[in-house]
Amino acid sequence: MAYTNQRKAYGETLVALCRENKNIVVLDADLGGSTMGKMVEQAMPERHIEMGIAEANMTSVAGGLARVGKIPFTNSFAVFAAGRAYDQIRQSIAIGKLNVKICGSSAGFSDFGDGATHQSIDDIAYMRVIPNMIVLVPADANETVSAVKYMAAHSGPMYIRLNRNDYENVTEEDAPFQIGVPAVLREGTDVVVFACGIMVGKSLEAAKKLTDRVSVRVVNVSTIKPLNRQLIIDLARDCKGVVTAEEHSVIGGLGGAVAEALRRECKPIEFVGANDCFGSSAHSYDDILEYMGLTEAHIEEAILSVAK
Amino acid sequence: MGYSKKLLESLKSKGNLLRKDCIHCIGVGVAGHVGGSCSSADLLAALYFYKLKYDPKNPEWEGRDYFLLSKGHVAILQYAALAEAGFFPLSDLTHCKDVGFYLQGHPHLGIPGIEADTGSLGQGLSLGLGIALGLQMDDKSNRVYVLIGDGEQNEGQIWEAAMAAGAKKTDRLCAVIDCNRLQAQGLTAERLNISPIADKWKAFGWNVLEIDGHNMEEILTALDRAETFKGKPTAIIAHTTKGKGISFAENQVGYHNSPLTKELYEQALAELS
Repeated sequence: MAYTNQRKAYGETLVALCRENKNIVVLDADLGGSTMGKMVEQAMPERHIEMGIAEANMTSVAGGLARVGKIPFTNSFAVFAAGRAYDQIRQSIAIGKLNVKICGSSAGFSDFGDGATHQSIDDIAYMRVIPNMIVLVPADANETVSAVKYMAAHSGPMYIRLNRNDYENVTEEDAPFQIGVPAVLREGTDVVVFACGIMVGKSLEAAKKLTDRVSVRVVNVSTIKPLNRQLIIDLARDCKGVVTAEEHSVIGGLGGAVAEALRRECKPIEFVGANDCFGSSAHSYDDILEYMGLTEAHIEEAILSVAK
Repeated sequence: MGYSKKLLESLKSKGNLLRKDCIHCIGVGVAGHVGGSCSSADLLAALYFYKLKYDPKNPEWEGRDYFLLSKGHVAILQYAALAEAGFFPLSDLTHCKDVGFYLQGHPHLGIPGIEADTGSLGQGLSLGLGIALGLQMDDKSNRVYVLIGDGEQNEGQIWEAAMAAGAKKTDRLCAVIDCNRLQAQGLTAERLNISPIADKWKAFGWNVLEIDGHNMEEILTALDRAETFKGKPTAIIAHTTKGKGISFAENQVGYHNSPLTKELYEQALAELS
């Protein structure tokens, strides 16, 4: 069946990968029930290491495990897995190109109730600035399965950013993960929207609503790094304007990466994301996305602003 | 345990040889970590020329023991030990910190014999714990040694790792703590006063051995005893003198990382000979 939840897809895929590859080990920092590391703990307890509420130690320990041939996946909320352990990722793992996989779970605003402390608006930025690091933001549960398989099969430090909540798939089940290749999910000629994560589906909806007014190309950029500059340029070249959409700050994330890629193209670019501000608690995911300006309507507005 | 006088003497001279290599490499007029290298030198001599299993011709040999220099700022001391052990030419030491050269100012993966990038203080013990846990999962008998500075125990991550290693009963892991009583800016006792050190490690579930870190017989005894303990990691608290063997640098905070004049450079080498 097609999963509609990225973390469940992640947990199930990890269990399957652990059965196939004896070197995979999964580390949690007392949040396995949320990250779905608990699925591995229940299915194969000998392959799951509970590291307690100590993300810095967990992350460096993963580096040590990689040194003896293990393929460790470290799990926590993105704000902790990537943010709290930033220095350990940089120093213990990335400089030495160690084969550690970091999963930033409940990323973006998907942990809507817990408020700003638990909402990652900056993880894409500070993960992608680290040399040697691959940064993946799958669009949905289907793509999570293929991205996690890719991570296990290829060596080197990688960060994957996952959403906490259920939402519909926009990519095909069982499609192989194409590292570094932005996927065109809808063709169009006036404006190109580069999106990642949950914003891919929202961008497709926005493009559909504007069908009669603007022809919109929607591109799923699930590999934030390495970003193939030429492919981004090629996808933008025939369009009048560019929009990026991400559940992240407009500074340093997908928008920043696309703007860097298009630095010689001189086209209007509009960013849809958190406008350099922290989140807030909310009673629903939709409420916080509306509050932060991350809805289909906001994408439509951005498209129209660059379509002239 | 009886150790022959010849062995003890030869290891003591190895300690001094490593100090001389460091001074020679640091040279004149350029800052180098004289103090902390000299305090750790006898510990590294015992590890590299008595205790550790390794093959300098095959640094990634699966049967090796792992040594991590968590106090990575004295990289030059570890490079000296690795060079004397045959991992790379001794003459390369003088090019340490040359731009683009493989011997950086802190231990770096890719250098033969270096197991991890260390020197962002507090991370080496966790890296060593990860190696030990991996070996434990595979039921391998290799041992893991991590050298920590006493000032480094200010870092919270040290205690995260200590708690985890105690909880996981990682008995192949041995932390050696170089207690030279000084950190970069002054006395450890006057910074965050980490005493009582032994009680802290015991409370985290470790075996604790306390030794004179310049007494070779005590060092060897502790390293051998650590290997016999089952079910707990071992912390060897080694009391040392910062700048040991160089009279003007001993117990001087100013020689944590500072340049030598031509005169002092020659005096240091003479005193170590």
